[in-house]
Amino acid sequence: MFDGLTGRLGDIFDKLRRRGALSEEDVNAALREVRVALLEADVALPVVKQFVNQVKERAIGQEVLRSITPGQQVIKIVHDNLVEMLGQGEEINLNAAAPVPILMVGLQGSGKTTSTAKIALRLKNRDRKKVLMASLDVRRPAAQEQLKVLGEQTGVATLPIVPGQDPVAIARRAIETGRREGYDVVMLDTAGRLSIDEELMAEVAAVRDATKPAETLLVADAMTGQDAVTVATNFNDKVGITGILLTRVDGDARGGAALSMRQITGKPIKLLGMGEKIDALEAFHPDRIAGRILGMGDVVSLVEKA
Amino acid sequence: SKSSSKLTEGISGIFTKRKLDDEALEELEELLITADLGPTTAAKVTAELARTRFGKEVSPEEVKATLAAEVAKIVGPVAKPLEIDAALKPHVILVVGVNGTGKTTTIGKLARQFRAEGKTVMLAAGDTFRAAAVSQLKIWGERTGCPVIARDTGADAAGLAFDALEEARRQSVDILLIDTAGRLQNKAGLMDELRKIVRVIKKVDESAPHTTLLTLDATTGQNAHNQVEVFRDMVNVSGLILTKLDGSARGGVLVSLAERFKLPVHAIGIGEGVYDLRPFDADQFAKSLMGLPSQ
Ligand SMILES: Nc1nc2c(ncn2[C@@H]2O[C@H](COP(=O)(O)OP(=O)(O)OP(=O)(O)O)[C@@H](O)[C@H]2O)c(=O)[nH]1
Ligand SMILES: Nc1nc2c(ncn2[C@@H]2O[C@H](COP(=O)(O)OP(=O)(O)OP(=O)(O)O)[C@@H](O)[C@H]2O)c(=O)[nH]1
Ligand SMILES: [Mg+2]
Ligand SMILES: [Mg+2]
Repeated sequence: MFDGLTGRLGDIFDKLRRRGALSEEDVNAALREVRVALLEADVALPVVKQFVNQVKERAIGQEVLRSITPGQQVIKIVHDNLVEMLGQGEEINLNAAAPVPILMVGLQGSGKTTSTAKIALRLKNRDRKKVLMASLDVRRPAAQEQLKVLGEQTGVATLPIVPGQDPVAIARRAIETGRREGYDVVMLDTAGRLSIDEELMAEVAAVRDATKPAETLLVADAMTGQDAVTVATNFNDKVGITGILLTRVDGDARGGAALSMRQITGKPIKLLGMGEKIDALEAFHPDRIAGRILGMGDVVSLVEKA
Repeated sequence: SKSSSKLTEGISGIFTKRKLDDEALEELEELLITADLGPTTAAKVTAELARTRFGKEVSPEEVKATLAAEVAKIVGPVAKPLEIDAALKPHVILVVGVNGTGKTTTIGKLARQFRAEGKTVMLAAGDTFRAAAVSQLKIWGERTGCPVIARDTGADAAGLAFDALEEARRQSVDILLIDTAGRLQNKAGLMDELRKIVRVIKKVDESAPHTTLLTLDATTGQNAHNQVEVFRDMVNVSGLILTKLDGSARGGVLVSLAERFKLPVHAIGIGEGVYDLRPFDADQFAKSLMGLPSQ
């Protein structure tokens, strides 16, 4: 059902090749296919429009019209532009006084608790950091216990659960404990919340104010559709995110939300969740996600074959 | 909500004292795309509008109503309540779906609803993988007054389902709700495990599971197509529940899903609480997609 871009453009350019030179109209036809391909990959419409305009400018500027392999040229421009817009991956920022607070936010079920444990394990094993995890989720049944169990599985300390405390109080206790017991990093896992839920968005903003996190990561599902715009905008405006962690990249979603969120917030995609297991966390590589959004594996070799 | 009001503003903006021309139609199509209908379905729905109204002066209300009617026509046939066979002791409901889509919460909500109807309900903690998944379901069991059959994390899920069904039969309960671990549809191994659960259930009762529900998160975009297709093929999904419709996402992908798979949509989730489950109402869904007051 969802043909990749190569298939879509291939048909158009096969027809055109036989006719010789391309017109600007031909490029526009190609760009209409680019638009559909991106929408089917769940890239948000405003981002698609901006993208198509950029590609058009470049395509005309780079004289695709007179090229002998215009299809490949357009694909290459699309791909390169996509990689550029996705930006480079960045490491977790730990440049702050210890204990460095890292705040995890996002919609319900996006993968915050699992990702909290994944990052903690990575910091512990790879960077030899002493990490404390705290669950500020007083809403979801057994949420605090979930983090505690993950702590046991990973050998990362968790803040003792005190029933009845509100999220801000738990966050303060976590930072105090972190300071007193000499932790390098304090990971703050929060309850899932809708970005249009004013009350809960204010609650997480209060946690931010109380802890001054060095990183506030928006944890978002790679399967997210057009709503990525609203989610990213609201979390960025109301909480102020420093990066994005995309989960369920081990699925078969085309992952257009990555481009939408990156473009709308201007914040880097820092990490990818690649599975349910606690070590399934990877760095972000824009070219891989670009190929995936376009529905083609290795674009560069494809272009070279032409 | 925010996105539907955006949609309303958009449509009103397009059609104030305007003819329905190509440009207007394109803008309209784009507004549907932003509700996750997908480019193909959005084009189809607007084409239908063009067929009847092209070139005419149309008011925003008229356009919205026509589009909502068009959407309702597509999703209407799949709006079917979940039916329980009272003769079965138990009627077995297996709940499946991708990670974090709302399986466990939906089970809690369904359990409350069945209990309110005077039925006896048992829950089976078939997610033996995720940390504290068993505790989570146990809390839902307490909230709704339902016994929970569980084993330790790491135990065999199919074995647990087998035990639970035998126990439910012995106690002659009306409904057994079986929770399962979340899994992505492209993981062959995990999908095989799910099939094994079904096979083992059938050893106790050949006709079970009598209902297999797939939970879909309204925030999901076009990947919902793959989810429905694979879960349907693997475990014979009999109906869908669309969760998290209280958020800013409108769940528009359901329109193309209804067209393509024709699977019943039984209910929608509209919050995290025990009462936050509603029957799926096609007109209301279509209206809220268009930003029209739904009642
Ligand atoms: N396949 C896959 N599953 C994941 C990934 N990250 C998380 N999950 C699963 O997604 C589900 C939800 O994860 P949680 O970490 O509980 O999500 P959460 O955001 O903390 O959820 P709430 O606290 O309820 O808002 C669980 O079943 C996880 O195992 C990932 O990268 N890939
Ligand atoms: N706002 C809202 N949140 C919901 C709804 N349904 C479930 N949730 C939340 O979504 C998150 C995940 O729900 P679960 O029921 O744990 O999802 P699951 O499919 O069982 O997750 P796994 O077992 O990890 O695959 C929790 O935080 C729930 O409270 C809904 O209709 N609306
Ligand atoms: Mg959580
Ligand atoms: Mg669950």
